[in-house]
Amino acid sequence: MTLELSLNQQPAHARQGSSIGQPLTRRDGFLKVTGAARYAADNHPPGMLYAVLAVSSIARGRVAALDVEAAKAHKGVVEVMTPKNRPALAADPDAKDHPFMFRLDLLQNDQVRYPNQSIAVVIAETLEAATEGAALLSPRYEVMPARVGLDGAESIVPRAVGVGGPAVQHKGDVEAGLKSAKTRIEATYETPAQYHNAMEPHAIVVAWEGDTLSIDTPSQGLAMAQGRIAGLFGIAPENIHIRSPFLGGGFGSKGMISGPQVLGILAARLVGRPVKLVLRREQMYGPVGHRAPTRQTLRMGMDGEGRLTALDHHAKTASSTFDDFFEPAADASHTLYASPAIATSHDAVRLDTGTPLFMRAPGEATGSIALESAIDEAAYACGMDPLEFRLRNYAEVEPMTGKPFSSKALRECYRQAAETFGWASRPIQPRLMRDADGFLTGWGMGTATFPAIMFQAEARAVLRADGSGVMETGAQDMGQGAWTAFAQIAADGLGLDIDQVDFRAGSSDLPNAGIAGGSGHTATAGMAIHNAGAAVIARLADLATGDEGSPLYGAGNEGVLARGGRLYRRDDESRGESYAEILTRAGLTEIEGHGKGAPDPASQEAYAKHAHGAVFAEVKVDPDFGQIRVTRLVGAFAAGRVINPRLVRSQYYGGMIWGVSFALHEEAITDRRSGRIQNANLAEYHVPVNADVPSIEALLVHEDDPHVNALGIKGVGEIGITGTAGAVANAVWHATGVRPRRFPVRIEDLLG
Amino acid sequence: MRDFSYVRANSLDAARQAAALPGAMLLAGGTTLIDLAKCGVAEPETLVDIAHLKGLDRIEVNERGATIGALARMSHVADHADIKSRFPAVSEALWQAASAQIRNMATIGGNLMQRTRCPYFRDPANFPACNKRQPGSGCSAIGGVTRGHAVLGISDACIAMYPGDLAVALVAFDAIVHLGERHIPVDDFFLLPGTTPDREHAIEPGEMITGIEIPGSASARRSTYLKIRDRQSYEFAAASAAVGIEFEPDGRTIRDLRVALGGVATKPWRARAVENALKGKVLEPDTVRAASLLAVEGSVDHGANHYKVELAPRVVARAIRKLGETA
Ligand SMILES: Cc1cc2nc3c(=O)[nH]c(=O)nc-3n(C[C@H](O)[C@H](O)[C@H](O)COP(=O)(O)OP(=O)(O)OC[C@H]3O[C@@H](n4cnc5c(N)ncnc54)[C@H](O)[C@@H]3O)c2cc1C
Ligand code: SF4
Repeated sequence: MTLELSLNQQPAHARQGSSIGQPLTRRDGFLKVTGAARYAADNHPPGMLYAVLAVSSIARGRVAALDVEAAKAHKGVVEVMTPKNRPALAADPDAKDHPFMFRLDLLQNDQVRYPNQSIAVVIAETLEAATEGAALLSPRYEVMPARVGLDGAESIVPRAVGVGGPAVQHKGDVEAGLKSAKTRIEATYETPAQYHNAMEPHAIVVAWEGDTLSIDTPSQGLAMAQGRIAGLFGIAPENIHIRSPFLGGGFGSKGMISGPQVLGILAARLVGRPVKLVLRREQMYGPVGHRAPTRQTLRMGMDGEGRLTALDHHAKTASSTFDDFFEPAADASHTLYASPAIATSHDAVRLDTGTPLFMRAPGEATGSIALESAIDEAAYACGMDPLEFRLRNYAEVEPMTGKPFSSKALRECYRQAAETFGWASRPIQPRLMRDADGFLTGWGMGTATFPAIMFQAEARAVLRADGSGVMETGAQDMGQGAWTAFAQIAADGLGLDIDQVDFRAGSSDLPNAGIAGGSGHTATAGMAIHNAGAAVIARLADLATGDEGSPLYGAGNEGVLARGGRLYRRDDESRGESYAEILTRAGLTEIEGHGKGAPDPASQEAYAKHAHGAVFAEVKVDPDFGQIRVTRLVGAFAAGRVINPRLVRSQYYGGMIWGVSFALHEEAITDRRSGRIQNANLAEYHVPVNADVPSIEALLVHEDDPHVNALGIKGVGEIGITGTAGAVANAVWHATGVRPRRFPVRIEDLLG
Repeated sequence: MRDFSYVRANSLDAARQAAALPGAMLLAGGTTLIDLAKCGVAEPETLVDIAHLKGLDRIEVNERGATIGALARMSHVADHADIKSRFPAVSEALWQAASAQIRNMATIGGNLMQRTRCPYFRDPANFPACNKRQPGSGCSAIGGVTRGHAVLGISDACIAMYPGDLAVALVAFDAIVHLGERHIPVDDFFLLPGTTPDREHAIEPGEMITGIEIPGSASARRSTYLKIRDRQSYEFAAASAAVGIEFEPDGRTIRDLRVALGGVATKPWRARAVENALKGKVLEPDTVRAASLLAVEGSVDHGANHYKVELAPRVVARAIRKLGETA
């Protein structure tokens, strides 16, 4: 089954031959603004029941009693799933086969290890009955004290941070570097726990048909989800069909299938009917990941010219008591600034929270705000302009590894953004600028960076005798524009107009497109698409060049060009013929080709691959009230080839707004006695509202990168947060003279 | 599901009668009530929908003052030309409240009756102790997350902040709440928590807000509402002040001054000490600053909300200064 998406309902855009590089609007935009786009929770198979989670009030202990009878007696309640009757699983949800597999709470016992952990599932004819049934369970607990906060438990050194990275790394002698320095700084910064809060909650609609599973659920990684479910239920992955045409945001929280989603599958198995389970907003604060809090200490030494002699970055973070994900915050210091000695290290506490996970720029965002703040402090300590200081410490090779960069247009980013912003007139001293209304005005900057990562992906391309083409890959659109960008790559790969290509994605029965994460989806699945297109064109060219009846006869594959649905001789473009003619003469209705996208091990070894950017921020602060408003943001980013400038700019805007959010708004506030988050709703968990979003500019700096992949794509999804958060923090300092050391910066921090 | 009845009242009397029955609650714009029902704080057996009642949404403004029907929408009142010119603080308070969507739904009666944002109050499933919800059960907030709690008017039983903006402007200008025939000053309509934090308003079963009346005055005409918060919109006040001023003919000596605070107290907080200290005085920055400190006389904080004690006087001082500048 494929999805009927009718993505071609909007008028074609003017293009000159190539689709790549065109600022097409989102092809799914029409479906979304008319409400026709079908998200997971919009599905309603016949006979479907509603499942609602009962979640724990306490952070730690065990469930001593549940009033299952009361829930079952409630009108409309069909079944209550508890550890006692939960269908058996083929694998232990607490088993961990590899670091990318996370432990799930699937009612395996009566233990509670964090607030909002699932403790039962009520299944009913209506959502209301299931909701009331869950309330009627009135759990009683044996409570143990919650371990809360970065000082809430004994600290450990994790075996690995991020995905398998060493917790401690160094090159050179940091202590000697600090000792020899003319100027030194040391500063500690705290960042809070943050929650992804995608607009669309985690939702699943499941139907079992015998041992096959039909699932609608948002997923950033269809094949991984399929594999995880297959392992838990002991069924073959190909018997699981997951549809995820649209995600209402993921930001990492939908990268791996979460416990509540699997509980939906278990509930459907238990009752033998299709089931829908949708998390309520507050239930998203626990079982679906978050960004862990950090406390980061940076030490830097500089010589008389403002050159770093040592850079030491230590990050303390937190994980759950039962699983391992450690925010690799200190690793942010590996790539940006040249220093003869660099040391990064992590330690952590295990707290009674859900396991923290990947959240948009995991480690990069947290590390960046601390590093960029410290760089600002170092520049000031040396009496230097922060841009000049960054240029003085510009890394010509990757500082930690000594590898050359595959490409790095950061100097150009600094230049363009600084010029557009008007940075040159900035006084070095803080608290010198006031606007006409008396607001303290400050300018700050930060460097943005994010690694250019590739995973593994496959795609299948088809050319049909009617001249049209098909491109299939199970890619995921989280709102970033995958439906559009991939169709553009597909069109060019097939030598067709975009409207002649039927692009299919968002379904697990298509070739594995890898994960929409790590800002690597466009590069990875894009390369699979590109290669699949090349493969099918090569087969078509084989047909034509070997056929005496073709004007291309004898040209050889290399001598053929594909464009506008036709193959041409490279040496004589007047000689060519259409795909349809070639296939028809060969008596074929269609031919297909396959392609893969993957990092090239040789160039991985040889080069450091990163996207870069520079962000400049202006804030205004009321001198009496400490009320901060961001009034201007200018960013310039170099991230390799731009597939669609409109979509890319939107990613930068979104990232930069997130950076503002990081610096000034977002924070999960925990009640230290209970371990519960007290602002688990969108009224009180603050993100910027429209009125907080200033004039934003995102400049696209040209960058050719011959090494990252054949298309030259790096990735743009996460980089915008890095740099921006620090730029805002530094602007706050420049406005007020008060150095933010705790984020988000709030009124009380500046009341003085 | 939890069944409840829904009654659509077609007259004021019918509404009042229906609302007098045990377990009945009035439903106006629903922006507070539906939320509270979802989080388990409000458990109405009957919802008496008054949103369609005729004639209760009128806004009338003349020399003597303004009368505003209980069902007038926040956005309509905020935008009303005569409210803007004669009661700028009222319009500004409404403009800075909630979000555009909520203001379009929400009514003036419902706005006065909105309840505290104390997160413990709003989470009965996880925090059974709350004297406001369940008298005698204790207060979960004390010793917990208190950044948004009150520093004025608190008691041992409850420290919940009154979150609204409009009522702050109303209390500054001696507005009167109409409960049908019975009229009470806004200041008396809102009750201090004391030992009975569950009783927030001087309204009896079977009574309903029919409207409010704001006496016209020179100080109401020269007034402003200043609201300070971390986020530019869609956030309750960290501290706010409704201030109105009337000068003697010399244009410098304060004849009348009205000051009320929001975001810092358990009810809309009239700061008479500030008013009294400045009446008859010439408006000078130092005098204003010193007098504004009286706004938080008697405050008690719980650590995380201490900043409100610092902030509130500054907000008052700024608002007064701003009105002075427009002289
Ligand atoms: C996210 C969010 C942010 C907000 N931010 C702000 C803010 O910044 N500033 C601010 O001032 N407000 C704010 N509000 C509160 C908002 O202004 C109120 O929800 C709204 O005014 C309530 O009006 P309503 O008509 O929707 O009331 P309803 O929800 O219908 O009713 C609220 C209560 O009043 C009772 N009631 C309604 N009408 C009458 C009547 N005529 N007589 C007696 N009782 C009555 C109901 O029974 C109910 O108990 C916010 C609300 C939300 C949800
Ligand atoms: S402050 Fe008041 S409303 Fe909040 S928990 Fe305590 S008693 Fe309840």
